[in-house]
Amino acid sequence: MRTRAALLLGSLSAALVAFALTSPRVVAADKIDPVADAKAFQNFFFQKFPNVKHEDFVNGPYSMNADMKRQWQEKEEFPPYEFALDAGKEMFATPFKNGKTYADCFPNGGIGIRQDYPYFDTKEGKVVTLELALNRCRAANGEAPYSYVKDEMASLTAYMAFTSRGKLMDIEIPDDPRALEAFENGKRYFYTRRGQMNFSCASCHVQSPGERIRAEILAPALGILNAMPIYRSEWSGMGTISRRFVTCNSQTRAVPLEPQSDEYRDVEYFLSYVANGLPIAGPGARP
Amino acid sequence: MSAAMKRSFTLAMLLALGLAPSARAANEADYKAAYAAAEAASKEAAGLRNQWTVTVSTMAAAKKAADGGDFDRATAAAKEAEALAKASIFQAASEKEAWKAMEIR
Repeated sequence: MRTRAALLLGSLSAALVAFALTSPRVVAADKIDPVADAKAFQNFFFQKFPNVKHEDFVNGPYSMNADMKRQWQEKEEFPPYEFALDAGKEMFATPFKNGKTYADCFPNGGIGIRQDYPYFDTKEGKVVTLELALNRCRAANGEAPYSYVKDEMASLTAYMAFTSRGKLMDIEIPDDPRALEAFENGKRYFYTRRGQMNFSCASCHVQSPGERIRAEILAPALGILNAMPIYRSEWSGMGTISRRFVTCNSQTRAVPLEPQSDEYRDVEYFLSYVANGLPIAGPGARP
Repeated sequence: MSAAMKRSFTLAMLLALGLAPSARAANEADYKAAYAAAEAASKEAAGLRNQWTVTVSTMAAAKKAADGGDFDRATAAAKEAEALAKASIFQAASEKEAWKAMEIR
C-alpha cells in the first residue's frame, strides 16, 4: 500500500515538474510577438533572395527579374501613374465646400506621412488605413466618400505616397492588447487558405515570389504594400491597396470582403509592420 | 433457385432500386429542395466569411435553369452548389488551425 502511494506521489511530482518545464514554452509559442515575427519575415526573404538589395523588395516583381526591371526603368521615364499623381496633387490642394482641405485632417498637413499608415487608433480600438482616414476626412467635412478601390482614392493616395518616397515604413504597434490582436488577425488572414483554389496570400507571395503564374511574375510579400497605389496594365488603370486585396481574393475564387473591412485593415497592418525599415516607393507601376 | 442466384437477384433488385430515382427526370420540387439545401450551406459559408465565387455562380446557374424550366440541370447545379458551399465550410474549419503550418517563424 505504502509503495503504491509512494509511486503515485512520485508520478504526480514528475508530471508537475514536466508541466512546469513545458508550460512556459507553450505560453511563449502563443504569445503575440510582432518584433520577432517581423524579424523572421524579413530574414526569410533576405535569405531566399540573397542577391536582392533589401530596399529593392518594394519593387515587387522587378526585384526578382532583371529583364522586367530594365523595362520598368525605361517606363519610369514617363510613368503610367503620372496622370493620377497630378490629379491627386490638385485634389489634395482643392478646398472642400467648407473651405477646409485634406491637409487639415492629417499631421504635417498630410505631406510625407504615408510611412506611418496604417496606424492603430487606441480610441476606436481598430486599425486606421490611409484610405479610411481620407474618406473620414471627407465625411468630417461634409463631402461624400470616394470608392475605396480606384479613381479619386487612388489619385489621392498616389500623391500622398509620392510625398513620402524614400521614407522608411514606420508602423507602430502600441502596447495595447487590441493592437496586438489586430496584428495577429492580420497575420492569420495572410496565411489562411481560401477560395476554391485553396490559396492563401502566402501561397503566392511567400512560397512562390519570382515564379511565374501564367504570364505574371509573383511579387514577394515583403514590402508589397510600399509601392501602393499602383498603375496596373492588367487593370488599365490605378488601384489602391483595397483593390489589390479584392482582386487577390477573387483570383483564388473567394468572394472578396468589403473594402476596409476589419480583416483587410488588419492584414494591411500586418504586411506594413513586417515591412518596417523598407522605403515607400509608391505610386508604382506593375504589369 | 440456388443460393448464389438468389443473392445475385437481390443485388440486381437493390441496384435497380438504387438507380431508379436518378433515371427519373427531376421536377420542380426536387429543384426546390436541392436549392434550399444549397442556400442554407451557402449562407453558412457567407457567415463564416468564406464564401466561394463558384458557389454563388453555380447557384445563379441553377436558378437560371429552373426559370427556363430545365429542372434536371437546375437540380444538378443546385446540388453542385451545395457541395461547393460545404467544401468552403470545411475549408474555414480546417484553416482555423492549419494556417499556422504556413507561417514564417
